Amino acid sequence: MSFLRSIASEFQKVFTTRMWWLLALLLVAYVLTLAGGFGAFLGWVVRNPEAAAATGGNTAVPPGVDLPSLIYTFASSIGYVFPVLLGALAVTGEFRHRTLSPTFLAEPHRSVVLGGKFVSQLVVGAGLGVAAFATSVGAGAAALAAFDLDTGLDQSDTWALIGRGVLAMALWGAIGVGLGALVPNQVAAIVIVIAFTQFVEPILRLAASFSDVTASIGRFLPGAASDALVGASIYSMMSAGSASATLEWWQGGLVLLGIAVVATVIGGATTWRRDVT
Amino acid sequence: MAGGIPIVIEGLSKQFGPVTAVDDLSFTVEPGRVTGFLGPNGAGKTTTLRVLLGLVRATAGTATFGGTAYHDLPRPLETVGAALEATFHPGRTARNHLKVYATAAGLPVERVQQVLEMVGIAEFADRRVGGYSLGMRQRLSLAYTLIGDPGVFVLDEPINGLDPEGIKWIRGFLQSLAREGRTVLVSSHLLSEVQQSVDDVVIISKGRLVKSGTLTSLELEAAPRTIVDSPDREKLSEALDEAGLEYTEGRGGFIVDEPDPGRVGHAAFLGGVELSALHRLKSGLEESFLSLVGGGEE
Repeated sequence: MSFLRSIASEFQKVFTTRMWWLLALLLVAYVLTLAGGFGAFLGWVVRNPEAAAATGGNTAVPPGVDLPSLIYTFASSIGYVFPVLLGALAVTGEFRHRTLSPTFLAEPHRSVVLGGKFVSQLVVGAGLGVAAFATSVGAGAAALAAFDLDTGLDQSDTWALIGRGVLAMALWGAIGVGLGALVPNQVAAIVIVIAFTQFVEPILRLAASFSDVTASIGRFLPGAASDALVGASIYSMMSAGSASATLEWWQGGLVLLGIAVVATVIGGATTWRRDVT
Repeated sequence: MAGGIPIVIEGLSKQFGPVTAVDDLSFTVEPGRVTGFLGPNGAGKTTTLRVLLGLVRATAGTATFGGTAYHDLPRPLETVGAALEATFHPGRTARNHLKVYATAAGLPVERVQQVLEMVGIAEFADRRVGGYSLGMRQRLSLAYTLIGDPGVFVLDEPINGLDPEGIKWIRGFLQSLAREGRTVLVSSHLLSEVQQSVDDVVIISKGRLVKSGTLTSLELEAAPRTIVDSPDREKLSEALDEAGLEYTEGRGGFIVDEPDPGRVGHAAFLGGVELSALHRLKSGLEESFLSLVGGGEE
């Protein structure tokens, strides 16, 4: 009972400040630009291979690449940073604005509060996922259709991919909660999210893909696990051919869930239990 | 309303690293009275209240509401209303701030409007708290304590930042809560701030209990006295000793247990001491408070 109340209270916390729609707006704009832009660009490349080759770059679409999946999954492969940020802010904001006092006065069982954040951010992450995929599918399918290419929307596989993508976004929201509990300093948490998702992990994944041994480790990186769960991404196009370098979709999901749970439990047992002064 | 429950502090100690914030503190706060929890800044008041509210872990001892720790209260906001340093998310409105916690505690949302009206900020309730004045924040903190209509109130420096009208209002407010049989504990670093509204006082200094009792008992201690000072304190103390006067050394000179400044002046005259101050303590209460808590000051 108190757990349900805590979840409801955490939802209210998210939706009574402006951060959620700011991040949602940025996410939609980001995904719209990339999915629409790439959709149009790749559509043009497929329809005009000679002209594309003439530009000199290695712009040919590799054979066997499922264009709709690639474009639609921009929603999660680049958008996952948004649910992580929102999840982390849900925890670090309490430290930053020193609202832990009223929070723990209303619900003295701290693990109940953290559990409420975990569950609510799963749902909020899924919501962001729905918004992101609606954008990427809408813009991407429009671009593909404009070049008279298959949108894949009549195939159940595409919709299963979208469903897994929304699940991935949900799990990223929960990972954000875990990260916030581990690193309560808001600025530090934001820097870690941006640096890791935008620089560290892409470089690690690229580096890991150079040998089979490192590739088998690299596939457990959160971003790689997320792409495995979803089933396609811009990265899988880059490393196309080495099928062994990705996890099964359900393994990817378990890796993300594991990261979220472990980080939240460790954070909950350490920083979350500290004196609130 | 839940009935007033006594607040019981027993052998409470709290160490922050090498610093002892609270040192073997024991006292009881009774229902139906307003109790002032007094001491200078840094005396350990806020730490004591935070331990009582389960926000800070005690190093030793217990702080309970009639034997039950805050953490174990089945319905905390309906038992205890606590206002610590006013902290809010600046981007959230006052109404939403209260709603968030009413939801967490399972309280009806209608209470939010009621308590906003009770503290007089209903017309600003849909503004973001970031734009609130300190006085409005204090009122919002009080609104939070009222949501669950509790029998116990724990307020940390609630008067700080209030305008004169607000101070008058809160004094009456505290008294009316106590008259309804509730337990009211109000901390302050100034006795004069709460003097008109408290029935009992608990005075601490450097984390230790200095005095606990009724305000009247403190007033009795504060029999009229004389304050005297000299550029040459050593010589003055000799002269006072010579005249057989009892005194303590305070910041502003010697506080002499003698209601008649004339007798103190005469003693100084006999000792040939130049005086820089000689007057009767006007409000004995504040001075007796300061002498109690100032005893430990370096």
